[in-house]
Amino acid sequence: MTQHAALTIDQTDKALVFAFSGDLDATGIAGVWGTACSRIKKASGPALAIDLSGISYFDTAGAAFIAHLEKMAKDRNWEKTDITGLDPAAFALVERIRQTESETPREAAAPAGALRTFVENKGRSLDNFLYDAHTFIAFFGEIFWAFLTSLVHPNRVRWTETLRIAERAGADALPIVALISFIVGLVMAFQSAIPMKMFGAEIYVANLIGIAMVRELGPLMTAIVLAGRSASAFAAEIGTMKINEEIDALTVMGLEPVRFLILPRVIASTLMTPLLTVFAILVGILGGAIVLLSLGHPFMAYYNQVAGFVSWGDFVGGITKCFVFGVLIAATGCIRGYQTSQGPSAVGEAATRAVVSSIVLIAVFDGIFSILYYALGV
Amino acid sequence: MKKTIIQVENLYAGYHDQAIMEDLTFAVKKGEIFVILGGSGCGKSTVLKHMIGLLPPISGRVLINGQDMVAATGKNRHQMLRQIGVTFQNSALFGSMTVLENIMLPLKEFTLLPKDALTTIARAKLRLVDLAGHGHLLPGELSGGMKKRAAIARAMALDPAIVFLDEPSAGLDPLTAAELDLLIMDLARTLGITFVIVTHELESVLTIADAVIMLEKDFKGIIARGNPEDLKDDPSNTYAYQFFNRKPKREKKP
Repeated sequence: MTQHAALTIDQTDKALVFAFSGDLDATGIAGVWGTACSRIKKASGPALAIDLSGISYFDTAGAAFIAHLEKMAKDRNWEKTDITGLDPAAFALVERIRQTESETPREAAAPAGALRTFVENKGRSLDNFLYDAHTFIAFFGEIFWAFLTSLVHPNRVRWTETLRIAERAGADALPIVALISFIVGLVMAFQSAIPMKMFGAEIYVANLIGIAMVRELGPLMTAIVLAGRSASAFAAEIGTMKINEEIDALTVMGLEPVRFLILPRVIASTLMTPLLTVFAILVGILGGAIVLLSLGHPFMAYYNQVAGFVSWGDFVGGITKCFVFGVLIAATGCIRGYQTSQGPSAVGEAATRAVVSSIVLIAVFDGIFSILYYALGV
Repeated sequence: MKKTIIQVENLYAGYHDQAIMEDLTFAVKKGEIFVILGGSGCGKSTVLKHMIGLLPPISGRVLINGQDMVAATGKNRHQMLRQIGVTFQNSALFGSMTVLENIMLPLKEFTLLPKDALTTIARAKLRLVDLAGHGHLLPGELSGGMKKRAAIARAMALDPAIVFLDEPSAGLDPLTAAELDLLIMDLARTLGITFVIVTHELESVLTIADAVIMLEKDFKGIIARGNPEDLKDDPSNTYAYQFFNRKPKREKKP
């Protein structure tokens, strides 16, 4: 068992005298470190004397402690530090730690001043953002180019892999997409039915649900679900491959990772997102129908209302967005995965960034489409 | 006569009652560099796992300073673990922490030292392994040789009496491996640490080992023991002689 070190302090005209006893190891010195250091800070010197004749154990932690005290005295321009009572082997240890002290290169210097740190941090994050945007756009271009090439040479695409991914990222997502859309349709119908009833305009809930699901909510909800589900999965898959040097292996084998890994995912996602959206729209409208049925309106009235109000133009507009969302989701997931750095938390980080980036991009592009459709009069 | 610090008695080593090594008995003396040598896949690392208490032996026991690690519980086991430091094959530094934080971790968890004391001591350890000034780096930013040295510094964080090294020179070039050997010898000499090293690197064994045991897969036990220089020059022990002089079992057909 460690015997905790004890410290006796004596201030004479000539020197501050520290006499240690007990074990000078990491556990032992814990109790005396603070006392000794603060005493040196307060005292005026003119020298330091360390008496170690009473100690029972000494190791590198003790040596680091003694060298530290000595350095503190030296930094305060005290005349000298006398160390007594150490056997030659232990003294050699102090000597060794002290010797290398001066050779120690400075570890990353902390910048001075809070303002400077603040400005520097802001500058760095802007720089990082610009760099990130640059690489993102460049990578996106690469993927798009690979996509165009695949249209000319469709046999270069790995179709089996593409179908497998389409099943996993598309068909398997059907239940969750259905559930979310159904609930959105149901809740929206229910909430809007209450105020509409006051004007006797309940039946127009059908118009609201129809147009909202077809133009906005169907595509948006599907895209957000897929961003959480597929983008993170793609980022984690590709990120793990990156860490295991599998991507490097592909590259040296002459198999471009973009064609081999990313393109199948982008194609699968681009084709599956619109299909899922069609399904989401239908289920969402069904959710609305249930509310109106419960309020005593016949199903055919609801159907006629929706069919009469929602045009094919609305439908085409909604579905067109989905192709873009599909590309965004898959490409963002793959790019974030591809950017995975080293370390145990890197894959998790890549997956998080994939979800966040794709949701932001979906929102931005949805806004762009709204303006575009307004300008085109769709 | 040096004191025995580790005593291995009739150890049957292996996983789930399947002994890879049978009836091993050997002793490690205080302050020596002890090497467990053997071909790939012969069970060296498994024996090491038994010695550091990660894996309970099938039968037999390992005594460190006269105490059985596996039988020890609670505070007693804790005290025993503080006497040993281990570095693993792939260094096992925590990737999310800087090198300095890696070394500070055991100090922080097991002592009541103030923060500046933790950094001062951790920096001293880094200096001992010639990594001064690299404390702020993440393990991912270090080279292979630096990682090994950082792992040794972390293993020495609490000044253990024994440091176990699993394949320290694996994946290092001969020059870096030789530097690591020098470092190990230096630490053994200046700090009086006992090193138990698992390796198959002949060069390094001949340079640093005070004592060697040689394990062999088919024999399921220690096929040779003693001083490496003697084993190299002694043709009476065929396997050890072949191993040290790099002669494969089968002669090349003409």
